[in-house]
Amino acid sequence: MVDPVVIVGGAMGGLRTAESLRRSGYSGPIRVFGEEPHAPYNRPPLSKEVLAARVDHAAVAFPQGDATADVEWNLGTRIEHVDLARSVVVDERGDEHPYSGVVVATGLRSRHLDLPAMPTSGVHAVRSLDDAIALREVLTPGTRIVIYGAGFIGCEVAATANKLGAEVIVVGKGPVPLLRPLGAQLASDIQSRQEAHGVKFFMNSRITRVIGGDRVESVLLDNGVEIWCNAFIEAIGSEPNVELLDDNDVDLDDGVRVDQNLRITRADGTPWANAFAVGDVARFPIPRFSDRIRRVEHWNVPTEMARKVGKVLAAQINDAPDLEAETSKAFDPIPSFWSDQFEVSLLAYGLIDEADRVELLEGREGSECVYGYFMGDDLVGVCGVGMRSAVMAYRTKVGR
Amino acid sequence: MLKIHVDMEKCQHYGQCVFEAPAVFHLNDEDKLEYAATADDSQRDDIQLAIEVCPMQAIKFVE
Repeated sequence: MVDPVVIVGGAMGGLRTAESLRRSGYSGPIRVFGEEPHAPYNRPPLSKEVLAARVDHAAVAFPQGDATADVEWNLGTRIEHVDLARSVVVDERGDEHPYSGVVVATGLRSRHLDLPAMPTSGVHAVRSLDDAIALREVLTPGTRIVIYGAGFIGCEVAATANKLGAEVIVVGKGPVPLLRPLGAQLASDIQSRQEAHGVKFFMNSRITRVIGGDRVESVLLDNGVEIWCNAFIEAIGSEPNVELLDDNDVDLDDGVRVDQNLRITRADGTPWANAFAVGDVARFPIPRFSDRIRRVEHWNVPTEMARKVGKVLAAQINDAPDLEAETSKAFDPIPSFWSDQFEVSLLAYGLIDEADRVELLEGREGSECVYGYFMGDDLVGVCGVGMRSAVMAYRTKVGR
Repeated sequence: MLKIHVDMEKCQHYGQCVFEAPAVFHLNDEDKLEYAATADDSQRDDIQLAIEVCPMQAIKFVE
């Protein structure tokens, strides 16, 4: 009996890896472990439809085809440790599961405020389906919501909550929301549009206390302002779930370091032959943009990574002749993201946060337009407000 | 012959499918998605990739 391929992580990256393995000709056993109780589902609707249209898991679950019908899903099972030297994973009960290849796709968890005496209820996050289902119960007309964090999740939840009739206040550390992912011009435009709908922003602010016992009552800002609220949402970012790889010869500084084939690397840079990482948890090179090794939290990236890992791992296990051709091609994706907030529909390609300069490429600021993001002379990203075809035409032009 | 359906209530015209299966999907002059409802079996893998990358998960094969 051959050891299975073990995929740790039962979300999109895990599913796409299983699909890619099958598509790439691996027909052996696949065993997936997922900490969440739900079969893989699409997360972007969590800040929108799951809150507003009150849809359930069935509406956001990824459809699964015949190719992966024989995959063994162990949902609600946390893997505590991966022992790379012995090629086993250890589950929360202490049981060991040997593998022929392992793919770590454990993703991220919400970052939480480290403040004393937090209220015991009324504090929400938006990471999992269960988070969103709990949150939507409080997004009712007349409630007042404070959202801490002015990134995409914070701003999308703000728009949805506002549409549901809640009074929404966003508190952010930077001067404008979405500054890092979009640059100052577009970020200011989006803030204005949000404000026109009634969302209030307290920028350049930190929350120093969340006040309340059984329920949230208010938040206190570092400038002394106290804002009362019925519910409080932490949208202050996330951190990679890497702890299962502790006590291995690996580099876990902000995600697990992988090489150009997405193999987990030792501290000296050499890869573990049968261990890979996929999705938001992985830190990888993207040669078309820069020499940086980084994580990319864009929706299309786990799928691209899963395709690569499926091809390499399947060829490796099958001892296929195309392994060398596959491993000599560096993984080099074009990240893409989108965001919907009120009437604004953004579509972007590239790595906007690598840019040191923004230029309006097409259209009119404050209306439909395309921004270009440059690092030196290189166009490293584009983002369009509307103007889909125009943005798409730049897709293959991003990178150095 | 493959049959394809896009739920146009869900579709937000992000155009991600266009890159995976350009023979089946395209955006028209108004940036709205148009697609061929049937395709040759040789398109199966490309369409499957398009299904995977659809942000709204609006595309499916009709059996």
